[in-house]
Amino acid sequence: MPTVGLFIPCYVDQLYPQVGMATVKLLEKLGCEIAYPEQQTCCGQPMANTGCINETRPLAQRFVEIFKQYEYVVCPSGSCTAMVRCHYAEFFTDEKSKADYELVRDKTFELCEFLTSVLKVDSISGSFPHQVGLHQSCHGLRDLRLGSSSERVEESYSQARSLLEQIDGIQLSELSRADECCGFGGTFAVSEEAVSCMMGKDRIADHGQAGTEVLTAVDMSCLMHLDGLIRRDGTPMRVMHIAEILAEVV
Amino acid sequence: MNHPAQAAKFIEDEARAHWHDESLWFVRAKRDKAAQTLPEWEQLREKASQIKEHTVSHLADYLEEFSENAAKLGVHVHWAKDGDEHNEIVLSILEKHSVKRIVKSKSMLTEECHLNPYLEKQGIEVVDTDLGERIVQLRNEPPSHIVLPAIHIKKEEVGELFHEHLQTEAGACDPEYLTEAARNHLREKFLQADAGITGVNFAIAETGGVVVCTNEGNADLGTALPNLHIACMGIEKLVPRARDLGVFLRLLARSATGQPITTYTSHFHGPRSGAEMHIVLVDNGRSNLLGQAAFRRSLSCIRCGACMNTCPVYRRSGGHSYEATVPGPIGSILAPARDTEKFYTLPHACSLCGSCTDVCPVKIDLHHQLFAWRQKIAEQGLLPFVKTSSMQATSFLFRHPKLYRFLGSVGRRIAACLPRFLLYNKLNPWGKQRELPIIPLESFSKQYKKHRKDHDQ
Amino acid sequence: MTSKDHILNAIRKQSAPKTDLPNLEGPWIEYANLKSQFVDSVAAVGGECRSVKNFQAVKSELDQLPVFQSAKKICSLVSEVVSGNVELNEIADPHDLEDVDFAIAAGEFGVAENGAVWVNSGTMQNRAVYFISQHLALVIPGNQLVHNMHQAYERLVFPEPGFGVFISGPSKTADIEQSLVIGAHGARSLVVFLVDEID
Repeated sequence: MPTVGLFIPCYVDQLYPQVGMATVKLLEKLGCEIAYPEQQTCCGQPMANTGCINETRPLAQRFVEIFKQYEYVVCPSGSCTAMVRCHYAEFFTDEKSKADYELVRDKTFELCEFLTSVLKVDSISGSFPHQVGLHQSCHGLRDLRLGSSSERVEESYSQARSLLEQIDGIQLSELSRADECCGFGGTFAVSEEAVSCMMGKDRIADHGQAGTEVLTAVDMSCLMHLDGLIRRDGTPMRVMHIAEILAEVV
Repeated sequence: MNHPAQAAKFIEDEARAHWHDESLWFVRAKRDKAAQTLPEWEQLREKASQIKEHTVSHLADYLEEFSENAAKLGVHVHWAKDGDEHNEIVLSILEKHSVKRIVKSKSMLTEECHLNPYLEKQGIEVVDTDLGERIVQLRNEPPSHIVLPAIHIKKEEVGELFHEHLQTEAGACDPEYLTEAARNHLREKFLQADAGITGVNFAIAETGGVVVCTNEGNADLGTALPNLHIACMGIEKLVPRARDLGVFLRLLARSATGQPITTYTSHFHGPRSGAEMHIVLVDNGRSNLLGQAAFRRSLSCIRCGACMNTCPVYRRSGGHSYEATVPGPIGSILAPARDTEKFYTLPHACSLCGSCTDVCPVKIDLHHQLFAWRQKIAEQGLLPFVKTSSMQATSFLFRHPKLYRFLGSVGRRIAACLPRFLLYNKLNPWGKQRELPIIPLESFSKQYKKHRKDHDQ
Repeated sequence: MTSKDHILNAIRKQSAPKTDLPNLEGPWIEYANLKSQFVDSVAAVGGECRSVKNFQAVKSELDQLPVFQSAKKICSLVSEVVSGNVELNEIADPHDLEDVDFAIAAGEFGVAENGAVWVNSGTMQNRAVYFISQHLALVIPGNQLVHNMHQAYERLVFPEPGFGVFISGPSKTADIEQSLVIGAHGARSLVVFLVDEID
């Protein structure tokens, strides 16, 4: 029975607890032993994205301390996982801390990644008879390579998509731009507000023309931004994190 | 300069911003199609990346080899430490030949050095012959894209411009008609020119030759008619051997416009008989970049523009919003290197989506370099106080989990009760076009505790 | 200190880790039918490629070509194929070529992946003819085709002083609202003749 240390993004903890609970439900249904280390707060991504390395360092260090005891570390967020796997190395330069970090790095997974590569989920029994639009969150896609990117010449694959495809009754939207950024980008959403919102509205319009009823992604941050636009504009679309869909059907 | 403000202005004209975004996405799509025709595309990129990395790591040796070989072919080779010296060198060559009229094919390097206004002040006529460049020249504005200089201009506007300057019919905006007018107008300029200035796409160390790629044939007409050719290049444009061009030429046009190759790929090995050829090698901060491990790979850039075409921010804010010779992702790395204080908003004009890195033919880690720039900018104290202090406060909070949970719970309770006008106002940029998330009463950690309790009973 | 020394010193002072030049081995694309790929590639870039038996066939094709028929000033660099009325070596100043309507010249080989033809003009004073002529035709031996640019550079020997150019299709631009217009500053049309029997 795999033991999982749950890594729940700070904004999910505070603003979207249902996504965290769906992750718990899902992993427990799949036979994992869950632990949620209470000491965790944030991986430091907002600080790092702003260039504030000194403010990021202590958060990175405490993250490794907190999570090093678990067999696996699983996170319902591509960008937070990418932060740990791709941007933490500079904080662990001496031999001992580097070894600790690398151990944690190698067992930290985004949720869909964990389901497909570790748990090897290859059949889902439930049904979700809706037209679902999968938004390919950028950090998961291009930093963690959770799926093929449209820019590259490579065989097409997407871990999130492969999970959704197994669900009975689901229809997946065909978009005109397969993996364009939603425009959240962290503090970018506020510092470049005009561009951020135009980007988000364009994604929503693409999903609209494709017939999306339920917009999903591996990152709640993308969905928070898109949902904000959807609700302000009254667009007939709802937003669900992929953990919520999978928890319903598994 | 402030990119967010410029971008917001650009987006005010929503229809136009969409048109600009669609135009550039169209070029990105053509690039994708072209790349897909070559199953070996990713291997080509890897080779190109390695060739450039090797070249940059041996740059001084290759520069010496290049200049010796070029001299053997009868080319006059000049070295310029910076843009000013470049301009002075070009002027002195022109003055020696009593040049009054120049035709110039596209050279971002000469843009970088601000060559045109410098020469014009000396009474020399400089005509940019690339159609897009000629259009922006007549409009008295800089190019907004390094490959598609006039991508931000509509054909009706070109029609008006040509009506004013080339006496085309009022209201005529058919691209074929307008291009024909430009062809005839520029033909006169080619025939009257005393000298031709070109850029350099690739300089070959082993042969001393330079390669110039165009679709229009303007570099060729500009150098085959006048008896003086001055080729201006950044020192990073070198490739070691002629056969390395096989890699780059397969990547360049496909990345830039989706064509398999440009119409003309001209190899200049010395002047033609009866003519004179000069090459000006320009540093202007490149040796400085070479010394910075985080940004060294930006010197691999072959100026294809693919990063601009794919960048969702560039497409929605336009090249002029960057106020830099080279805009877009690569420009947001190069400009702060020149003037960090002026350009500090550029590395932040980015959602870190990584699309640029995936299209770059030489595999520059563009979005990682933009991320690295943000660190430098913070270190240099260029971030506004509001940003740094809020990051310090939040970091503190995140190091004290009990305090974080307490304040989180208090904050949520307050936010849930606040009237709309307090939540949505000028102080809340998030709320300008978006709703805030629906505030939950309980955090995840609280709900999980309950869940654990229920399950463990 | 000269600027040259200043620049070279500035570079050498930096410690960029030295990396190796990679080998240039593929797998690089090769086509099942080299000739038909070349013909398709020339068409894709806005030109036209005709495969013919011999020089006589080229001449008769040209005679049917409207832009050749209407050409008043013709410059031929391949007199074995067709003769023109503008003698390039009698032109003292390339500016005098401005009214050439049609030029026909020899190319050395073609590249299938992009329809390019390698034209070598050496130090010839009047290379403007390739670009200033309103229309251009290039003649290459039918068996002188390579699959891709790597193979192209394997054949090219540099430095030969002078000028060489890959010409792929007629001149073009899309600078006005991304609308493709054929015929920018160079030739308005390009015909490539692949000749089986070179006399």
